[in-house]
Amino acid sequence: MKNGSSVEVRIPSQLGFEKVAMSTAASMAALMGFSPDRVEDLKTAVAEACINAIEHGNQLNDTLGVVVVLSTTADQLEVRVIDDGVGVGVTPPSPNIDRKMHGEEDPRGMGMFLIQALVDEAEWYQGPPGKSFVRLVIKLDKENQ
Amino acid sequence: MQATTKVTQRTATTPSGSPVTVLAFSGDISSASKDAILVAYHGLDSTVAKVLLDFSGVDYINSSGIAIIIQLLLEASKSSDRKIGIFGLSAHFQKVFTMVGINKYAAMHSDETTALGSL
Repeated sequence: MKNGSSVEVRIPSQLGFEKVAMSTAASMAALMGFSPDRVEDLKTAVAEACINAIEHGNQLNDTLGVVVVLSTTADQLEVRVIDDGVGVGVTPPSPNIDRKMHGEEDPRGMGMFLIQALVDEAEWYQGPPGKSFVRLVIKLDKENQ
Repeated sequence: MQATTKVTQRTATTPSGSPVTVLAFSGDISSASKDAILVAYHGLDSTVAKVLLDFSGVDYINSSGIAIIIQLLLEASKSSDRKIGIFGLSAHFQKVFTMVGINKYAAMHSDETTALGSL
């Protein structure tokens, strides 16, 4: 694959369509030579980022789209997931399974934790509608770490 | 647009002869799976003491789906006599389940034979 290649996918704000972005990201990562386990990590991270954009950013408004931009360089794949929300200001605390199992914490709320745990870089940017995004990066030089 | 979840129930037996109820999931496990999974779980007879969750037929699990599994485990924990185990997860989802701590509340096994032997 040529360095600097870029692919853009626009999905409606309906749950389930995150799998379209997930499959595209998986195809690009595989083309770049990422190992199958890193591709699986990326698939989950991209799916969770899209779900957050659909549910929280775009409030399940299916007239709004979520734009996923995948860009390659020689050594990394960057994924930007852009929505019409106000963005994420404060990263929520890591999920606590004991609190969840005692009914003291919502069983949900694990998406951002998983994203951060599964990719090499994850950053959330706040902006005006259509400009808030999460940026995910996986790096080829981290393949064997 | 979310794919459906199918849950089938069958009975297996441990090497020592104890009955085990297996809830086998197929399809995707997401927010749309709540009714299918929890209705199947709530439908178990109260005398069922050993339950295995079989993920062999599952291709996709997201955090909303994991939350439903946690909810199932939470309900199971209220019954002190019921033991829950998990098998059939891909290596990736074994890692994800471990990351969120599910392995503290349900033992995870690679296959059904190993899972039955642990109960």
